[in-house]
Amino acid sequence: MRIRDHPIIDFKKRKKLRFCYKKKQLVGEEGDTIASALHAAGVKTLTRSVKYESPRGFFCGIGKCSSCLMRVNGIPNVRTCIAPLKEGICVEMQDKLADLPDAKFYGKPKKMLTVNVLVVGAGPAGLCAAIESATHGATVLIVDENQVVGGQLVKQTHKFFGSMQERAGTRGIDIAKELEQELRKLQNEGKITVMTDSTVIGCYESKKKHRFGVVERYDYKSRLYEVLCDTVILACGAMENMLLFPGNDLPGVYGAGAVQTLMNVYGVKPGDRVLMIGAGNVGLIVAYQLLQAGIKVDRVVEAAPTIGGYHVHAAKLRRCSVPIQTSHSIKEIYGDEKVKGAIIVQLDEHWKPIENTEEDIKCDTICLAVGLTPSTRLLSQIGVELQFIPEAGGYVALHDDSMQTSVKGVYVAGDASGIEEASTAMIEGKIAGLAAAIQLGCTKNKGLLDRYRKELACLRAGPFGEKPRIAKQKIAKLVEAQHA
Amino acid sequence: MRDYEKSGVLTKKELPHPSKRQLEKGVAILECIQEIPCNPCVDSCPVHAISMKDINAPPINDFNKCIGCTKCVGICPGLAIFVVKVKDRKAWITLPYEFVPVPKVGDIMKAVDRTGTVRGDALVKKVVKSGKTMVITIEVNSSLAMDVRNIRVGP
Repeated sequence: MRIRDHPIIDFKKRKKLRFCYKKKQLVGEEGDTIASALHAAGVKTLTRSVKYESPRGFFCGIGKCSSCLMRVNGIPNVRTCIAPLKEGICVEMQDKLADLPDAKFYGKPKKMLTVNVLVVGAGPAGLCAAIESATHGATVLIVDENQVVGGQLVKQTHKFFGSMQERAGTRGIDIAKELEQELRKLQNEGKITVMTDSTVIGCYESKKKHRFGVVERYDYKSRLYEVLCDTVILACGAMENMLLFPGNDLPGVYGAGAVQTLMNVYGVKPGDRVLMIGAGNVGLIVAYQLLQAGIKVDRVVEAAPTIGGYHVHAAKLRRCSVPIQTSHSIKEIYGDEKVKGAIIVQLDEHWKPIENTEEDIKCDTICLAVGLTPSTRLLSQIGVELQFIPEAGGYVALHDDSMQTSVKGVYVAGDASGIEEASTAMIEGKIAGLAAAIQLGCTKNKGLLDRYRKELACLRAGPFGEKPRIAKQKIAKLVEAQHA
Repeated sequence: MRDYEKSGVLTKKELPHPSKRQLEKGVAILECIQEIPCNPCVDSCPVHAISMKDINAPPINDFNKCIGCTKCVGICPGLAIFVVKVKDRKAWITLPYEFVPVPKVGDIMKAVDRTGTVRGDALVKKVVKSGKTMVITIEVNSSLAMDVRNIRVGP
C-alpha cells in the first residue's frame, strides 16, 4: 500500500514505528498519522455508525469530520486522520459513543497569550495573512490543527496557474515550503508565534480585546491557553461535500482531497482501482495524481453535461486513456465491509436518471469531488453575520473589501469566505493581514491594499472566475444594504 | 456547448495550423484554448512569440517568431504545450511527461493520441529535466505529427 516511486514527490525511507491495534502489533512510519498507518496496514474500517453499526472509514482526511474517531492510549474521540502516530501507542475502535474521558487538561491550566493578531488556520490564506500582518509590525499568533503548516498546499503536487508574480508555475507543495520559510524567519525574529496540532475551540466574553480558548495537543491530551487579541483573521478553509446515495458511508468512499492527502502527504495508496465522481478541477487533478502514484482510475463521472474543470486538466487524463463521462451520476455503491463496486447511471437533460442505462463498475475506492463547504463554525460562534450564498459554497461571513466581517476586528480569508482557488486565497490573506495591521495603526499603506485588490479582481476576471465573482458581488451588496 | 467541453479532447478545428515551413523549423502548439488566469508561458518565451491580451486570455503563438526551443513545454502548469517539428517522413514531438519510470533515450514507447489510443511507435530522442517535469522528444511517423500527444510503456 506504500508508494515508493513517484515522479514528483521523493518518499524517503522513514523510521518504522510499532503500535498496537486490536491486540495485534502493526508497523507504521515516522510522519504517519494513525489513520494513514492503519490504512497502509490494510485497516480501512475505523469506526461504526452509532445508529446502524455499519462500518465507517475516514472521509475528509483533514480533521474536519468525525468518521475517524478512535480511542488512543485510552483517550476517546481522537481524530486519527490528523493525530500523529507514535511508537508504542494503543489504538482501539470506540464502542459507539465513547465513555466520558478523564477531563483533566495536560499541564498547568490556562496559560495566557496576548497578541495583536490571532490567525486561525495556516493554509495559503492564513500563512499570507500572518506574514503580512507581522511584516507590517503587528505581533501575530497563528494556530493550526495539523502537525505542519501549509494547509492543503502540502498535497498539491501540480503546478499552479495564475500570474507569475503570484507564483504561477510553482507546485503547491513548493509554495507551502516558500511560505513556511517566510513564516519561520518571522518566527525567529520573534514577530510570529506558531502553534501547530492546536485548535481554537471558541470565542469567550471579553470587555476590550477578543478572547479565545485554544487547546494544544500533547500525547493525545490537551493543554489549554487563553488568547487575547486585538484582531482575529479566520482562515479555516473548507470541508468536502458528501453525496446522498446508498452505500456512501462504506469504507473506501473518500473525499477526493482525503485521497490526495493520503497518497501525496503520507505516501499511502487509497486502493487499486478508483472511480472519481466529479469533473471539476479537484476531480480532474486528483484523478491525474492517482495515475502518477501508480493507481488505476477507471473513469471520471460528472453529472453536469459538460466538464466543469479546466480543459487542460481533462486533456491530461484523456491522453492517459481515462474516460470522462458527462451526464452520468452514481446510483449506489455496494460491498459488505468495504467498497466492491459502484452502479452509475446516465442522466437526462433534467438531471434525472435514464432507465436501463445502469453500468456496474468494479472498483475498491470511490472519490467524491463534488464541491466544498466553507468552514464557518467559529465565525458563527463569534456571532458575525452569515448568509447562505450558493456561489460561495454555502453559509459565508459577510465581509467588506478589506475582508472584515460584521464584527469589528474579525476578518475572514480564503475558502472560509467563499470557495475559490489557493491563488486567490493567498491574496485575500494578504488583504486581511494588511487591513488588520492598518486598523491596529501599525502601518498606513493603503496603496498596497489597493494593489492587492486589483490583483484579486484580475484573477477573477475570466469565465472560470464567474462563480466567486458573483458570490463576492452578492456579499458586497448585502454589506452595502446593511450600511444604508 | 463545444465538443471538447464534453469529451476533454481537442480536435484539429480548434487548433491553429502551422505552415509546412513553420513545421520544418519546429513550433510550439499551445493546446490551451480556454480563458483561464495563467501566464507563465508568456514569460518563458525567449523570443516573445507567445502573447496574451490579458491574464485570462488564451495564449497565442506567433509561428513566424517561434524558434521551437521547447522552453515553454516544461513551464506550462497545464502540461498543454507541445513542440512539433516535421521533416520528410519523420516528426519530432516534444511533450511534458510526469510519470515514473522516466524513459531513456533510445527506448521505444507507444505513441498515444489525445484520446489515449495507441497510434504507433515512438522512439525517445531526448529527455530533459525541467524541475520535476520531464521534457521528452520523441520521433514518430510524420503523419502522426498533429495527433500524438503522449507516450506510454507497453500495449
